[in-house]
Amino acid sequence: MSAMLEIRGLKASYGSTAVLHGIDLDIDEGQVTALLGANGAGKTTTLRAICQFQVSTSGTMLFKGERIDGKSTEQTAKLGVGHVPDGRGTFLGLSTEENLRLGAHARGDKRAVADDLERMYSYFPKLQERRAQQAGTLSGGEQQMLAIGRALMARPTLLLLDEPSFGLAPLIVKDIFSIMRRINKEQKVSILLVEQNARLALELAHTAYLLETGRVVHHGSSEDMRSNDAVRRAYLGE
Amino acid sequence: MRCAAPISENELETFLQQLFAGLSTGGIYAALALALVMIYQATHQVNFAQGEMAMFSTFLAWTLIQAGLPYWLTFFVTVAISFVIAAGVEFAIIRPLHNAPELAIVVAFIGLLVIFHSLASWIFGSTIKEFPSPFPKDAWFGSKLMSPHQVGTIFVSLCLVAVLFSFFRFTTLGLSMRAAAQNPGSSRLLGIHVGRMLMLGWGLAGAIGAVAGMLVAPVVFLDPGMMSGVLLYAFAAALIGGIDNPAGAILGGFIVGVLENLIGSYIVGTELKLSVALVLIVGVLIVRPAGLLGRTIVQRV
Repeated sequence: MSAMLEIRGLKASYGSTAVLHGIDLDIDEGQVTALLGANGAGKTTTLRAICQFQVSTSGTMLFKGERIDGKSTEQTAKLGVGHVPDGRGTFLGLSTEENLRLGAHARGDKRAVADDLERMYSYFPKLQERRAQQAGTLSGGEQQMLAIGRALMARPTLLLLDEPSFGLAPLIVKDIFSIMRRINKEQKVSILLVEQNARLALELAHTAYLLETGRVVHHGSSEDMRSNDAVRRAYLGE
Repeated sequence: MRCAAPISENELETFLQQLFAGLSTGGIYAALALALVMIYQATHQVNFAQGEMAMFSTFLAWTLIQAGLPYWLTFFVTVAISFVIAAGVEFAIIRPLHNAPELAIVVAFIGLLVIFHSLASWIFGSTIKEFPSPFPKDAWFGSKLMSPHQVGTIFVSLCLVAVLFSFFRFTTLGLSMRAAAQNPGSSRLLGIHVGRMLMLGWGLAGAIGAVAGMLVAPVVFLDPGMMSGVLLYAFAAALIGGIDNPAGAILGGFIVGVLENLIGSYIVGTELKLSVALVLIVGVLIVRPAGLLGRTIVQRV
């Protein structure tokens, strides 16, 4: 069976600065795939390249058999790729609920949208408490939950998550990761997770890729990665 | 201190007339302020050419009326054409500048102002023309204190704000427009076409401006310079109410209209009326920089 997202020879650059030098990556349906690596390895750029967001790319990308490397950011989003960007992309001046509703802006099924909104509130009860509050007043953890909820409101089949643990207290990170595990199982959403915290990422992910300066240097199942000496030394601190 | 002389009935009537006249012109300022707020909400830019675009629209309406079209048909056709023109301006002139520095965009707005002004003088001539009011002089809602046109103006501007408020608050398209203005990058990731939203915002502003122009023309008469003073008051209205808040623009419009009339007739005289607007702008910006109803967007770090 072919992968849900099949990336071959992906190169990406900002202006004249090349960041990705031809990577191959497969994401299987229903799986959580982790993208590991140090700062500047090209993790965020990989996510942006999939959405053609702020980078120029070459190489081929097939999403459910359809070429997306020539598509615009908006088109890719409509095909079912949800992107939780670094910095969380909060609409600061809108209310929490308006932020969530925005995720569903292209959907016509009003009743299902209302159901999904309730579902997001059941995943993230904090957001329900703050539903009418200006999103800029939410804490970092709440804004991260909001970003995930907003992306899910579009009913994506693939969710790109950019460092959901960034800048958050360990307890909140644990919370968010356990909710993501539930979401992956219950909503059948495949996830591509970018994470600096390799230990955390490998607990959630089925498979993982290790990036170093714009190239894939290792990939395999999470167990393989955990037992790989290079990964252990550099990223698990063992 | 001496006691104030009792106010005669005549004086009271004059005062009330001035007050209501202020409310009526306030309605017009409110409508144009609303157009400014529309573009500001969609783009975070203030369109200096808004008044001239409204003037141009009013000339189009005048042409249609001269051609024999009934008033209300003309009204809606003009609103539709103005929507298209303004959307076209966004697409052809403003969009190519989206990466340009702030100053270049300001210059483009001033260029637009000059272009619309000259086009109007060239096409329609600069002689002052009369523009009809849709509200007949002997309509039942007129009175000794307020002419039917004044009542109608207030009514139309209130309708306008109700429609726009509902649009932004309760429709998905309105929400998407606000989102596109606030965070274009994040909007694109959600599949919102930011460019289309901007074009729509400009179109709506053009349409609202046309309404303002058609309401003010029966009062100030139609000529290419008719909106210059009005635009200044509309700026004051938008800033006083809060440049990012449609309801604030309306409130600001009425406040400016009333103050302009009362201060003009009782304190400074007609010649200095326009400076009232400037004093109001500066005063509000010092005391409440976000305007009366404007919100400061907070970001927790």
